[in-house]
Amino acid sequence: MSDPTRDPLPPPASAAPLDRLLAGPVRVVNIGLEQFATDLAGNGAAVVHVEWAPPAAGDTKLAALLAKLGS
Amino acid sequence: MQLIEDANREAVRRIAAAEPVLIDVRPAGEVIPALGDRVLLHAGPPIEWARMCGPMRGAIAGALVFEGWATDLAAAERLAGSGAVAFAPNHHHGAVGPMTGITTRSMPVLVVENRAFGNRAFCTINEGLGKVMRFGGNDAEVLARLAWLRDELASVLAVGLRARGGLALKGVIARGLAMGDEMHQRNVACTSLTVRELAPALAQAAGSTDKLAAALAFIGANDQFFLNIAMAMGKAIMDPVRDIPGSSVVTAMARNGTDFGVRVSATGDRWFVAPVEMPKGMYFPGFSEADANPDMGDSTIVETVGLGGFAMAAAPAVAGFVGAGGAADALDWTRTMYDITLARSAAWTMPSLDFAGVPTAIDVRKVVSTGIAPVINTGIAHKKPGIGQVGAGVVRAPLDCFKQALVAFAATLGVA
Repeated sequence: MSDPTRDPLPPPASAAPLDRLLAGPVRVVNIGLEQFATDLAGNGAAVVHVEWAPPAAGDTKLAALLAKLGS
Repeated sequence: MQLIEDANREAVRRIAAAEPVLIDVRPAGEVIPALGDRVLLHAGPPIEWARMCGPMRGAIAGALVFEGWATDLAAAERLAGSGAVAFAPNHHHGAVGPMTGITTRSMPVLVVENRAFGNRAFCTINEGLGKVMRFGGNDAEVLARLAWLRDELASVLAVGLRARGGLALKGVIARGLAMGDEMHQRNVACTSLTVRELAPALAQAAGSTDKLAAALAFIGANDQFFLNIAMAMGKAIMDPVRDIPGSSVVTAMARNGTDFGVRVSATGDRWFVAPVEMPKGMYFPGFSEADANPDMGDSTIVETVGLGGFAMAAAPAVAGFVGAGGAADALDWTRTMYDITLARSAAWTMPSLDFAGVPTAIDVRKVVSTGIAPVINTGIAHKKPGIGQVGAGVVRAPLDCFKQALVAFAATLGVA
């Protein structure tokens, strides 16, 4: 009988690209919350931070209006 | 939406095409027909006496005494609250006023003509620093200064300006930006340039050495003298941008000490209002935020055209004065305002940003989309009437105004 707390997780279907991604030094583009970039940089990763927030701070009604108005 | 892009292109064209010229100084009642008996104009969107803040009430009481409509301040307060006095925003009558912005019929106003479009805008003369009516001051010293402005300085300025053929303002602003002014909390360069330009004409106009000396001493002692000229200029530039169907450009931002109001081109003269914020800034010795009145004045018209907080990069000294950080921070304040505007001024550039133009034409869509509120440099009034200025700082326009404006703007296009 398998023990889900002990058995290793099955490998993801596309493990190879992920392996390649992490095989060398990590280079990160962080979008949104700056703290992630700060933490990674503190651990020696090369990080470029992009300031981004969802339109209208996530207000879906205003965001829908903005989309119709071409903003 | 193509209609919006075309309309906004026209709005930007009108801003860029403006040719503001300071042409005259006139009694307000001569150029603003609505200013009859017991009529007062105030800063910001409409507001009734019961909701007015302390400095606004103080200034109104002082103005009622100044006009002779009340015998003393106590009687003036009773009169103001009785319903026998009419209040209206400056903006409804082609005018603007700093802080409390009180304008009554005998007060002299600066007249700026936008020669590209033929419209005129008005603003009272800056009273100087310290205890003044725009900050709610209303004692005998304040009223005596207003009387001198009305009875002496106004005529010297008027005769001088007319003899000179006016003072073209676009070039003055351009040079002022290169000399460290942002035209809201720092006007020392533009004030100096104005004195230099006007002095010969004032000498001819004054009629006596004493009058000339008094006029030059008053202007020279007040670094903010040019602020009111810049405000009338801002109003003269933005009024022709009103009522362009499909344009999402902000045409006015103004505060009455209780509410902050915004107008957008396509929605015409409708105000979108939210509670004003409290400025964050530096206080004069002996005062703190506990003494401060919330944000107030029509002076945000200078930010509306791309100056003031929007041009902070040009004025690193002011960033320190208003508690907004150092020179690098000043650059960042301006860079952020590019995210909510449609254009960079070709006429007004900033050496510190490699001669980039100031951010101009605030797009209400961009403000709501980014959540970046316009930044405003401002003076801070004491919350009690009669005391005056207690500091200077930076304040943000409330986002709620822009959210309401966006919904109403969309409705003009049948979008919901």
